[in-house]
Parts: sequence; C-alpha cells; structure tokens
Amino acid sequence: MDLIFDGIRHAIVLLVTLDRETWGITFLSLQISGAATLVSLLIGMGAGTALALADFRGKRLLVSIINTGMGLPPVVVGLFVTIMLWRNGPLGFLEMLYTPGAIILAQSVIATPIVAGITVAAIQNLPRNLRLQILALGATRLQMLWLLMREARLPLLAAVMAGFGGVISEVGASIMVGGNIKGYTRVLTTATVMETGMGNFDIAIALGIILLGLTFAVNYVLTLVQQHDRPR
Amino acid sequence: MSASSVILELNNADVRRGGVRVLDVPRLCLRQGEILCLVGPNGSGKTTLLLTLACLLERAAGELSFRGRTVADRAAVLAYRRSTATVFQEPLLFDSTVYANVAAGLKLRGTPRQQLRMRVEENLKRFSIAHLAHRAARKLSGGEAQRASLARALATSPDILFLDEPFSALDPPTREALLDDLEHVIRDTGIAVVMSSHDQAEALRLADTMAVMRQGLVVQAGPPEHIMNFPADEFVASFVGMGTVLKGRVIDAGSNMLRVAVADTMIECVGNIQTGRQVVLCIRPENVTLAAPGSHDGDSARNHFTGTITRIIPMGHFLKVQLDCGFFLATHITHHSREALGLVEGGTVVASFKATAVHLIPHA
Repeated sequence: MDLIFDGIRHAIVLLVTLDRETWGITFLSLQISGAATLVSLLIGMGAGTALALADFRGKRLLVSIINTGMGLPPVVVGLFVTIMLWRNGPLGFLEMLYTPGAIILAQSVIATPIVAGITVAAIQNLPRNLRLQILALGATRLQMLWLLMREARLPLLAAVMAGFGGVISEVGASIMVGGNIKGYTRVLTTATVMETGMGNFDIAIALGIILLGLTFAVNYVLTLVQQHDRPR
Repeated sequence: MSASSVILELNNADVRRGGVRVLDVPRLCLRQGEILCLVGPNGSGKTTLLLTLACLLERAAGELSFRGRTVADRAAVLAYRRSTATVFQEPLLFDSTVYANVAAGLKLRGTPRQQLRMRVEENLKRFSIAHLAHRAARKLSGGEAQRASLARALATSPDILFLDEPFSALDPPTREALLDDLEHVIRDTGIAVVMSSHDQAEALRLADTMAVMRQGLVVQAGPPEHIMNFPADEFVASFVGMGTVLKGRVIDAGSNMLRVAVADTMIECVGNIQTGRQVVLCIRPENVTLAAPGSHDGDSARNHFTGTITRIIPMGHFLKVQLDCGFFLATHITHHSREALGLVEGGTVVASFKATAVHLIPHA
C-alpha cells in the first residue's frame, strides 16, 4: 500500500511544484492529440456527413468499413504508419518518423473513423424530412449542412470526445512512430509506460493522474459546449 | 380568375423512385390565392406531387414555372424556395426555443434584426403561441408544435404555402382549432396553398380545387362539390364517399330520363346515355331517405325500394345503414330517425331517392 500512497504523494509534489519536464510532457500530449483530433474532425465530420446524406450503391459496405475502423488497434496503425514513413517506405522522403508529426498522423488515422462513424450515425438519426424542411426554409447547401450539424450537436460533440479520448489515451502507435524521445516525442502515455518499466511508480502514478485530469478537463469543456444554448 | 393569375405551373412531371415512375402529371396549375387540395389513399403520390411542386424532389423530367419563369438553375431554385414555405406532417422543429424556430427562415435570408423580431412576434401571436416563445420547442405538445411549425412557415411571408398532411397526427379537437386558425390566416393573407390530405372532410372545408390522386396520377381535379357529386370513375366515387356504387345497363333511354337495370331491378335516373351501355351508378348516402313500409306515397322521389337492413354502423353523430334492396344501398340517418322508425338489423324499410340523385358514369 505504501507504494501507492508514496506514489500519490510524489504525484502531488510534482504537480504542485510545476515540474518542468512533467508539464512539458503534458503540454505536448495536449498539442499532439488536439491536433490529431482536429484533423480527424475536419476529415471525419465532413466525410461522415457527406456519406450520411448521399445515396449510392455500396453505401452500407462503406459504412461497415468505417464502423470497423472505429476499433482500429493502435499498434496496427502504428505498424502501418511506421512502414509508410520508413526510410525506404512510400512516404519515407518526408523524413517524419520519430517526430511529433508522425504521432499526429498516426493518431489522426485512429480518430478519423471514430469521428466519421459517429457522425454518420448522428446525421442519419435526424428525422428523415429534416433536410427537406431546412431546404424548404430557404437554406443554401452550406446553411443546410450547418443546421443539420447543429441539430446533431449532441452526438457530434460525443464524436469529438470519443476521438480525443481515443488518441490521448493510446500508447501503441505513439511509441512506435514517435519513439518516446525525451523532450521531443515523449507524451503522457509513453512516459507512463517507460516510468512503470523502470519501477518509478510514483512518477508513473503522477503521469496517470495528470492524464485522467486532462481528459476530464477537455471533456468537461466539450460537455459545456454541447449543452450550451439547449433550452430547458 | 384569369389565366394571368396562375402563379405556379407544373408541366410533364415525371418523378421516379428506384427507376419506377411514381408521379405522372402532365399539367397542374395553381392560381393566386387558390387552395388546392391533393387527396387520395396512402401511397397515391400526394406527398410526391406536393414536394415536386415545392421543388424539394428531383424530377426525372418536367418543368416548374413560378410567376411565368422556369425554376431551373440552382439560383432560381433557391429564390423559388424562398418565395414558398412547406409544413410537414411532423413539425420538424429545431432543438432550440420556439422563438428561434419561428425566426429560422428569416435568419437564413439574413433579415435585419428589427424586422425579424417584428415578423416573429406577429406570427407567434397569429398562431396564439406568443406565451411559448421562450420554451424549448421539443417540449411542446403536438398541437403547439404544429402551430410553431406553421408560424415558422408564414414568418417569411411566402407566396405559396405547401402543407403535407399537417393535421393528420393531431387529435380531433386540436385539429379543429388549428384548422380554424389556419383558415383565418389563409383568408387574411390571400396566400396560395397546396395541401395534401387523406381526410376528405378537411379537403372539402378548405379547398377551392380538389385533385384526387391514384398511383401517381391525378385522376380528377375540380371544385370539391363537383367531384363529390360527379366523380369521374368508380375509384373517385368510392373515395369521395359515394356510399353506393353499382354496375348496371341502360335499358330505356327516353328524353333525358333513363331506366337502368341493376341486378333484377330498374332504377330511374336522369342522364343522356345510349340504350344498352354499361354504366356505373353512384348515389350519395345523404340523398337516400328511409321510411316505414307503406308510408312513402307523399314524396316526389321516383325510386322507391323495399329492402332489408343488413347493417347499422354507428358513425358518431349519425348512423350508416346498409340495405339489401335486391342491390346494395347505403344511407346515413340520425339517431333520432332510427328511433322514430324503429330500425333494427334484419328489419324491413322503404328507401327512396330521386332520379337526379343518381350520378351515372359510362363504363369504359
């Protein structure tokens, strides 16, 4: 038990004394996962909305593929991105492997299907005639998309949370494509894995608490946005 | 009404779903201030035609003109949609306040704030929902929600209002009250209306013109009274509540007076159809009167038949009585009449109707 209490005490000290390395890792995690979530939103929400509104042969197959992608194992993504970015791989010329950019890329691959999948479900779940009603009200195509997304804001913000939650917490891909380089690609999850392996449970616990706190803070803000201007 | 007052014209409309033609309307016009009611059973194409007129459905072919101009390119479609408004069966309100909902169409048009507020308030009042302005639209009752939907539609002062079975999900008293208010608004604004309904009473109450639909076709269009009394075919006849629809053959065509054989009975009718022709006879239930046997001598009707009552069906404030007079005959009576005549199922009664009460359709 001492192990745990010592860990928690050390964690509090690290946090309260604003340990530079710890805060650096935290900030980098937020930046990388935030950027990956943003990329996944741009691609996933756009594609998801388009897919939900479109009508074509093979739509079900495509939706099934996206839904499968919602459960992509991060290590498989890590492996795939590593191969792509490997020196003689197809994207080797970018020289991106073991950079923060590589982690953003891998995390975007993980989050995009999550966001797209939830978006498809969210938009399809709106009343069938709502799109026609919006057009009938005199909306342009862009206005229609905006209103539809606004109507689906609860599940769409859930998509943001799921996407962010998926990438801030994953370790497999980050460690494979980022390399856990101190001060450069070391993020909360990879640092936790490393410190645990080295037996530094106090630091690992501190990092774990920060990770949980960070995830909570981001989700809390998103929830506020989600419930904002919903009339009671 | 002159031809120049036509504001909407649909020509050669062809709409397909999954390659199957679901709408085939060669021509349909709507005049300024006209209320056109599309009626027909489920799946007859009412909604398809309504949405086609509202330019909300893709057409395989056909042309839509608004105030003499073809609605063709994207800009024209947007401008047309901004001159019209559509209310669906479900209110389809946005997840915000009633006020924001009623303001939605105006906001999309970029209406200045002052004007927007004025129009929203005016329409909230018009549909008696001003007190609900700041309530959550999703928490309204069915009737209130449909009021909000109508207020939202009319807030943009459209030239044409499309109503797709707007009252069919409401209970009768709510529907009645809303119908009353809508009727006032329509008469006040002089707006043209296209409304679909499977309830002919609703159609009769509002419509200047009624179009009866079946399988994507308009089978008959005209003033409701005319369609009620002179249906073009058996389908329309039964749809508009003819009650009695019989097949017969013209036996004796005199000067405007015909004798038509139905089963083993002769029915006298007014009409101008050659002897020997097969015809369909339609008799509205309210044109058939009942009397106790032996007491009909005084009336002027030319047709009197003694029949057996096969069924008495309560219809609320009246009763539907079905008779076997050697042929089927249906009539409506009041509860009071039933008691006065002592009508019971299996009893005998004399049914009478005038020769002019029979509408004849030459059989194709």
